Amino acid sequence: MWVPLSPAEWEVLTLSLRVGLMAVALTLPIALFAAYALARWSFPGKALVNGIVHLPLVLPPVVTGYLLLITFGPQAPLGRVLEAVGLPIAFRWTGAAVAAGVMALPLMVRAIRLSLEAVDPRLEQAAATLGASRAAVFVTVTLPMALPGVIAGTILGFAKALGEFGATITFVSNIPGETRTLPLAIYSFLQIPGGEGAAARLVIFAVVLSMGALLVSEWIAARAARRVAGA
Amino acid sequence: MSLSVEIAHRFPGLTLELGFDAPEGVTALIGRSGAGKTTVANVVAGLMRPDRARVRLGDVTLADTTAGLWLSPQVRRIGYVFQEARLFPHLSVRQNLLYGARRRSRLAEAEGELPGVTELLGIGGLLTRRPGALSGGERQRVAIGRALLSGPRMLLLDEPLAALDPARKAEILPFLERLRDHAGLPILYVSHAMEEVARLATTVVALDAGRVVAQGPASAVLSDPAAVPALDPGAAGAVIEAVVEAQDSDGLTRVAAAGGTLYLPQIAAEPGARLRLRIEAQDVMISRDRPEGLSALNLIAARIISIHPGHGPGALVRLKAGEAVILSRITQRSVAALGLAEGQGVHAVIKSLAMASDNVGTARVMAGQGDGR
Repeated sequence: MWVPLSPAEWEVLTLSLRVGLMAVALTLPIALFAAYALARWSFPGKALVNGIVHLPLVLPPVVTGYLLLITFGPQAPLGRVLEAVGLPIAFRWTGAAVAAGVMALPLMVRAIRLSLEAVDPRLEQAAATLGASRAAVFVTVTLPMALPGVIAGTILGFAKALGEFGATITFVSNIPGETRTLPLAIYSFLQIPGGEGAAARLVIFAVVLSMGALLVSEWIAARAARRVAGA
Repeated sequence: MSLSVEIAHRFPGLTLELGFDAPEGVTALIGRSGAGKTTVANVVAGLMRPDRARVRLGDVTLADTTAGLWLSPQVRRIGYVFQEARLFPHLSVRQNLLYGARRRSRLAEAEGELPGVTELLGIGGLLTRRPGALSGGERQRVAIGRALLSGPRMLLLDEPLAALDPARKAEILPFLERLRDHAGLPILYVSHAMEEVARLATTVVALDAGRVVAQGPASAVLSDPAAVPALDPGAAGAVIEAVVEAQDSDGLTRVAAAGGTLYLPQIAAEPGARLRLRIEAQDVMISRDRPEGLSALNLIAARIISIHPGHGPGALVRLKAGEAVILSRITQRSVAALGLAEGQGVHAVIKSLAMASDNVGTARVMAGQGDGR
């Protein structure tokens, strides 16, 4: 069964990668901000914010997808606004990226928050006395020091986005070439009599892709950790 | 440029209420741990906002809480050297040194100052290394260089040697002396180590339990019994100035101090060189009459200024020998047995002398920082 990828398989793979990368790109700034706020600030309603960030982790994915649908769907006000500015996401691959990003958010926030909390605030104080603004402290000290955790969290989020199923199928449906990512394609093949072989090939891709992401993340994180260790 | 500080803050278990002025030169903030020294440093740097504070550096008000003024640390331009160097581990030594210059957009200037500062601190060979590969003493020197190159208006050193072993301390102290004499910046030096203070300080502010108990020129405060609570018990001692007279053939160095001639174990200094000597109170004995047949070489005539009985069996006697003030720690029983009283003429027997500084030469060069010297 080891034959070159068919165009249909390529489509599934590239779409999955596109969705996964877009999901991470959309979520990373939000995750960084949320992680920093939760790690370093105390503000009223912190527990509530923490709860909302973690909601996608504990809710059934179908519920998350449904909530996205009634927020960003074609009938919803926010969906109409996005449509009006030329960024419709309902039933588009961008919508799949949003669904995957939302599902990845809690995992990314948790990993990044832990690494931010491990950054010695005394180094940030030293930076401030040397003339660094808050933003400069974050960019030149906090973020580089927390980089291993940020990378690990990002790869974790990417893997989660690749594998996202429930929220995606609920929010943007299962449209070949638009929203049919790897897990949706595997599911679809399994619904067709005789589709097991095609599903098995995709399963192998999924394993290779996930394993590859994991190894790359370990490698990058180890390099970053060495850098931060300062030896 | 001088620094003036007023702070009031209530901690659980400690109320801080103090004010002092730090003129040019090195002002040592001394006191036992828990006296509030680091709090003062953090308030001056803007890292801690107390209940009330007024901090002025030269003609710039850094903080005046009654007027709602509180400058953030980034704009205060105070070069803070912490007890633990706090170098950025992910940056090279060179990047660490230039970090502040980059943030304050004075990179070109700092790159011009870099050779002078690295030479002053002896860190020229470390520029490409990372902080993780440095020894404790090297790290602390890099931290001092980083503060110097950030374009500070004053330096703040919070026990910069406390975390180092004696050998590393001895390695850094000469650099700090050169800094005092060449950097031309006011330096606030927080410490509880009397050797460092005696060597470096021109002005001393003594804190005890959140209050200033003595402040003024180093030689006056270090011989002031009021400052003693701020010191470790047994660490009381006076600092006197002396001039080298001759190197004797038997290995002793003869110096002329304010109170008379003293003999020191040989020191490497030319005749005419000025020294600061630290005489610990516990090394000074008092004799009512001029003693005969005594092995101690250093005997000077003095007059008792005051006698301060301590809480224990000891008493601190303040003596005036010529222009110098010397402290002697003896027992209260001896005070009574000898019938010592204020104004009485006595002889001070000094068992040993410690050099506080080999600060040769009298001219304190005030020059722009990083000029290569």
